[in-house]
Amino acid sequence: MTADLRKIIGLHGAVLVILFAAQFFLPAYHHGNLARIMVLATYAMGYNLLFGYTGLLSLGHALFFAAGLYGMGLGMTQFGLGAGAAVVLGVVAGAGIGALIGALALRTEGVAFMIVTLMFAQAGYLIILYFGSYTRGDEGFVIQQADRLVAGLDLSDPTVRYFAALSIFYAAFVVLMWVLRSRFGHVLIAIRENEERAMMLGYDVQRYKWGAVVLSAGVSALAGAAYGVLFGYVGASFASVQYSIFPLLWVLLGGAGTMLGPLVGTIFMFYLIDLSSGVTTAYMLIAGIVLVCLTLFAPQGLMGELRNRFWRWLP
Amino acid sequence: MLKLEAVNAGYGRAQVLRDVSFEAQAGEITCLLGRNGAGKTTTMKAIMGVLPLMSGAVRLGKTVLSDLPAHVVPRHGVGYVPQGRRLFGDLTVGQNLEVGRFSQCESESTLEEILQLFPRLRERYAQRANTLSGGEQQMLAMGRALSLRPSVVLLDEPTEGLQPSMIAAIRDVTETLRDQGVAVVLVEQRVEAILALADRAALLENGRMRGVVSGEALRDDPTILARHLGV
Repeated sequence: MTADLRKIIGLHGAVLVILFAAQFFLPAYHHGNLARIMVLATYAMGYNLLFGYTGLLSLGHALFFAAGLYGMGLGMTQFGLGAGAAVVLGVVAGAGIGALIGALALRTEGVAFMIVTLMFAQAGYLIILYFGSYTRGDEGFVIQQADRLVAGLDLSDPTVRYFAALSIFYAAFVVLMWVLRSRFGHVLIAIRENEERAMMLGYDVQRYKWGAVVLSAGVSALAGAAYGVLFGYVGASFASVQYSIFPLLWVLLGGAGTMLGPLVGTIFMFYLIDLSSGVTTAYMLIAGIVLVCLTLFAPQGLMGELRNRFWRWLP
Repeated sequence: MLKLEAVNAGYGRAQVLRDVSFEAQAGEITCLLGRNGAGKTTTMKAIMGVLPLMSGAVRLGKTVLSDLPAHVVPRHGVGYVPQGRRLFGDLTVGQNLEVGRFSQCESESTLEEILQLFPRLRERYAQRANTLSGGEQQMLAMGRALSLRPSVVLLDEPTEGLQPSMIAAIRDVTETLRDQGVAVVLVEQRVEAILALADRAALLENGRMRGVVSGEALRDDPTILARHLGV
């Protein structure tokens, strides 16, 4: 084992242990926040695979998050599935839609890719509103507490919910870390660095990019399904453009192309809005100023700057 | 071996190459000579398939490379070392070589051969590519292309901007490749390197072929170089 690998395992292992231990000493309010943050950070990690590691900027990831959310929610309300099976259905729905959208959107690149993904997500949002008799449109619907059970465990219980959020975050983290350290992950990074060169080494870059879209969509859908089942609400606002911009912001703030960036960015943004809204009603002004400062002084994001300045080994 | 037949290619509507034809034989270094803008790099890209041909053909043995998608061309044994190296800067030396090793068969022996060819890469194996010196980056760019065990290697100005010791090392490797039976196509601007290495030279001017001359003819008549490189 190289010295760098030891440092990587040490740092990331410590973060995972802190997240586990936090549930025992955090006050109830922050305990609930952190559970929510871990699910949203899972969404950001899915986004980061595509944006940070493959170099594809999507503006339509809310579609995948919502596919997981509604796949899970409609699975329960329309097909009578249990919570576990409904989450699986949500993930399959997200990955399936990712496969389809990826095959179409990857015919474009750069700004056109951003626009096409945005348009697909908007179409998804409108479809949710259009089929209001099933989705309850703008209003959304609540998943009853009695239905939020997995193996007899009540997911609405704060302790169980925290543990479930932690498990999902762990699973996504470990799988993505493994993918990014594999040959497939290295090829994705190669495509981000220089697509033409990757092609001239014999790689079918379209196929790899498509694989990245499907995996990214699947992880985003997992987060969406988990969010719905853990917090009990399925609503169209999660399919809006705002939820496509959020993961981009979280990843940019935390550090695109770093494993811990999505978590750090999500925590930072969540508490920035939470704390500033306690000070003034114009909290978005404070949030905006802080974001501008960060963009000016830490353009690589928080973890990206740490990597540039101190921890060159950070993956 | 590698054969270009009346290749016409360009960017969009702007045609750059007009009826370019030449051959590169196994165990020889074929220099592609021409002034800036003559179409040397465009020729390389046309061979690699990243620039679609308007007409003509690129053949490797019996395979028509120009009929294949760009990502399939390297799998037929054509390695390309681009001008300016263009490494994957965030990956380590080892990871760059691993990504270069598309075909996973005989991978370990290939890796060992590359590290023997470039001992410096062994020392820098776990280091990120964007922290290497210019010469080391060039070695890695060559090593990455050789990971495919190519039968044809295209080198686009491999010694550009390097210090003399590195230039000598790159030149040694180029000669080793030739001695191993690889067909080397070399774009080079430095006169002494061309004179020392070229077995033959294809002369390009404004995207058109101005003939093919042997290495001896170049060495006997330096005015050929003066006319085609403007030196």
